[in-house]
Amino acid sequence: MTGFQNGVELVYLAAAVTFVLGLHLMNSPATARRGNRLSAGGMTVAVLTTLVVLVHDRDVTGTGATVLALGLLAGAVGGLLAARRVQMTAMPQLVSLFNAVGGGAAALIALGHGVRHLDWVPLDLAPVRTTLPMALDVAIGAITFSGSLIAAGKLAGKVPGRPVIAPGGHLLFVFSGLASLVFGGLLVSGTGGVPVLLALTAAALSVGVLMTLPIGGADMPVVISLLNAFTGTAVAMAGFVLDSTPLVIAGALVGAAGTILTMLMAEAMNRSILSIMAGGFGTGDEATAAGSGATGTVRETTVDDAALQLAYARSVIIVPGYGLAAAQAQHELVELAQSLEAHGVEVSYGIHPVAGRMPGHMNVLLAEANVPYPQLKDLEEVNPEFARTDVVLVVGANDVTNPAARRPGNPVSGMPILDVDQARTVIVIKRSMGHGYAGIDNELYTDPKTSMLFTNAKPGLKALHAAVQAYVS
Amino acid sequence: MTTTLIVTVTIFVLSLLVGFEVISKVPATLHTPLMSGANAIHGVVVVGVMLLAAATRTTAGYVLVFVAAAFAAANVVGGYVVTDRMLEMFKARGPRPAPEQREGEEQP
Repeated sequence: MTGFQNGVELVYLAAAVTFVLGLHLMNSPATARRGNRLSAGGMTVAVLTTLVVLVHDRDVTGTGATVLALGLLAGAVGGLLAARRVQMTAMPQLVSLFNAVGGGAAALIALGHGVRHLDWVPLDLAPVRTTLPMALDVAIGAITFSGSLIAAGKLAGKVPGRPVIAPGGHLLFVFSGLASLVFGGLLVSGTGGVPVLLALTAAALSVGVLMTLPIGGADMPVVISLLNAFTGTAVAMAGFVLDSTPLVIAGALVGAAGTILTMLMAEAMNRSILSIMAGGFGTGDEATAAGSGATGTVRETTVDDAALQLAYARSVIIVPGYGLAAAQAQHELVELAQSLEAHGVEVSYGIHPVAGRMPGHMNVLLAEANVPYPQLKDLEEVNPEFARTDVVLVVGANDVTNPAARRPGNPVSGMPILDVDQARTVIVIKRSMGHGYAGIDNELYTDPKTSMLFTNAKPGLKALHAAVQAYVS
Repeated sequence: MTTTLIVTVTIFVLSLLVGFEVISKVPATLHTPLMSGANAIHGVVVVGVMLLAAATRTTAGYVLVFVAAAFAAANVVGGYVVTDRMLEMFKARGPRPAPEQREGEEQP
């Protein structure tokens, strides 16, 4: 290694250190933003250093430089605009989209590297240490690319959010999976060339599509975490192909992040990753079974009564769910909460790990609506507080509050839930008695201390806010 | 030759462990920014695309470099910007001073 190369490697190492420190600073909301900026600074330095390397080595053709510059410019502008304009409610699909292009770029690196080999060494002469990561990179990258696109489509409502199971879909999935293995094996054993590489890409793309289509909406937090882990791995493999340490380190970090989130999300649903990948709770909305059979009476309430309950409570915990995001009612909810607080009511938010469509979805929505983060409480933190809470207001959450989870023998059994039923009274804002994702009755709704306010979240919360103001002023 | 491969594998495994260690301390509140921030970090793939461009000489290669460059740049730029936007919103205290609000609401 020359002095120049050593210098470059040291700069890359420094960049990798900023990535780790950046993630470390994310352990508190107070320092997280600084961490992200530190990481971005390290990234900028890494990119500039690579630019210096390209100029120094004089290895890029004029066309190559132009094509690279145009591509980078187009992508940077597109990414910047998307990131600036996105609504916080649309965050899951954007994150999924960025994940798709990251995985796509990693796969293209391996493809490009393979095609480039045509010039000087046939692929079948390439050593295993190149072909193995190349096969893994193409396979994982392509699965992530198509899978994340489908996931983004589902999250944006452009692809049906319900589990889509085409006739023979599982069979086709198994077939594509096997084909990927065979083509990958051929590539590694050196019997294939570029055509096999392309065939592997096609097979892996179809695995990604068929893997994501059957997965239903509420399982999305698990899926996008898993796809995130995949991208990280694909990028690390690209690092092996190119012998580039920063790619290996960053890829491994992201792989670890995605894996941890996947495990946390699956744990919060008490479901194995395999059963989630096998697709939805049966068919989704059409109730699979008659549920637990607890068909008590439902007590309906009015906006005025609910407002009275809230205004005269000493403590209120708000439990938001995906319905809040779908209705884009976070601002209305927070205005209501702020009025209650101004009146001296103690308000906090109880947030289930899988509430929403991605890990931490509710926290971002509520932070956008100016809720200070100390009020956002996670499952372990909030559960002991329900017993001494006057009123719990449930908005758009369902399965995560179902006491049936404490009993064995139903689809939500064993799932960690918010112990909403232990509060003195519960108000549930809901459009109808429809089932949640698990397709069973929520026993909370028939609990004698629960009253149901049947309304759309946005106008309903607005009316509730107006009514509360009338009481407190 | 094989030594460098072993070294790279070592770096990979140790980085995974560092990742597990660091990320398991991130609170649930920040899981969305964590994921999006991690997304931005795998935008380092842009470095790989630049290195790939170095020895590309064929038309097919140029096409791949263009698409890969656009993907990677969108990933890295968009990822960091959107994470910053999200983290900006996480505040320890609400923006409005509470006493003023109280007065404003009690008067009408």
